[in-house]
Amino acid sequence: MRAAVIQFGGSNCDRDVVHVIEEVCGADADLVWYKDGLTRSYDAIILPGGFSYGDYLRAGAIAARTPIMADIIRAAEKGTLVLGICNGAQIAAESGLIPGVFTINAYPKFLCRPAYLRVENTTSPFTRLYSEGEVVRFPIAHKEGRYIIPADELSRLEKEKRIAFRFCDEAGNVTHAANPNGAIGNITGVLSEKENVLVMMPHPERAAEEILGSADGKKIFDSMIAYVEES
Amino acid sequence: MKYDVTITISLKEGMLNPEAEAIRRAIAHLGYGVDYLQKQDQYRITLDAVNKQEAEKIAGSICERLLANPVIHTYVIEVI
Repeated sequence: MRAAVIQFGGSNCDRDVVHVIEEVCGADADLVWYKDGLTRSYDAIILPGGFSYGDYLRAGAIAARTPIMADIIRAAEKGTLVLGICNGAQIAAESGLIPGVFTINAYPKFLCRPAYLRVENTTSPFTRLYSEGEVVRFPIAHKEGRYIIPADELSRLEKEKRIAFRFCDEAGNVTHAANPNGAIGNITGVLSEKENVLVMMPHPERAAEEILGSADGKKIFDSMIAYVEES
Repeated sequence: MKYDVTITISLKEGMLNPEAEAIRRAIAHLGYGVDYLQKQDQYRITLDAVNKQEAEKIAGSICERLLANPVIHTYVIEVI
């Protein structure tokens, strides 16, 4: 698998993602500056975390309108895998790659701590190595992570099994107390219609090695690599 | 012709706005009884258009494409 990791002004998890793809998972990754555009085809495109454009206007809103996003939308339409992490999830939502929006947390402060997630979808190219209902632990680090979507679109997401992760407690119960940011239905990972786009607020790249306290996130990258190698 | 346009972006009615609620509570701490507070973003822009209708249309397009997110926002345009 060769992945492009897109750098916008203010991205700051780009190198962490490259480290995990190359050093931990043994695949290839290129850092791509947004102004350079996509000059070759990639198996996967990662929109990393950070604070692109200082979160001005709305988190992700300005990066979503840069010309490289038109390239990325076209690639996604052709089936290229696109993974948006944290600020990358906000950018993907703002650009319409997935429905809904990530907005300011119900308690409006920056949250930086580990969170338990329940895996809800195990068929997508990103989640196929997990088992259904598996509880994983990823760090979260955001102030604008509360997922909102109109009721009719939410029921469509649920019907189409496009919710990848929900916040839960250690035992896997999806409760109000286990919801750190007030997201509707504890949702914090959403798939596109064709399941080739995953956006999520938690950081799998910060949970990809045991030395960091959890290696649960490595399976996302390994799933992507396995999917690309099979297809 | 140049037109001055005011654009006001608001959260849709009933949508949780934790920032506005924190401000409302701070006002209450000062001893004022405030039941409702909405925080809006206002932009004042100057643009080129052939007439007032076109100025309004351009401002609407800017709102749709960037300033507002239709999932959570409504907007009001006033051509001055």
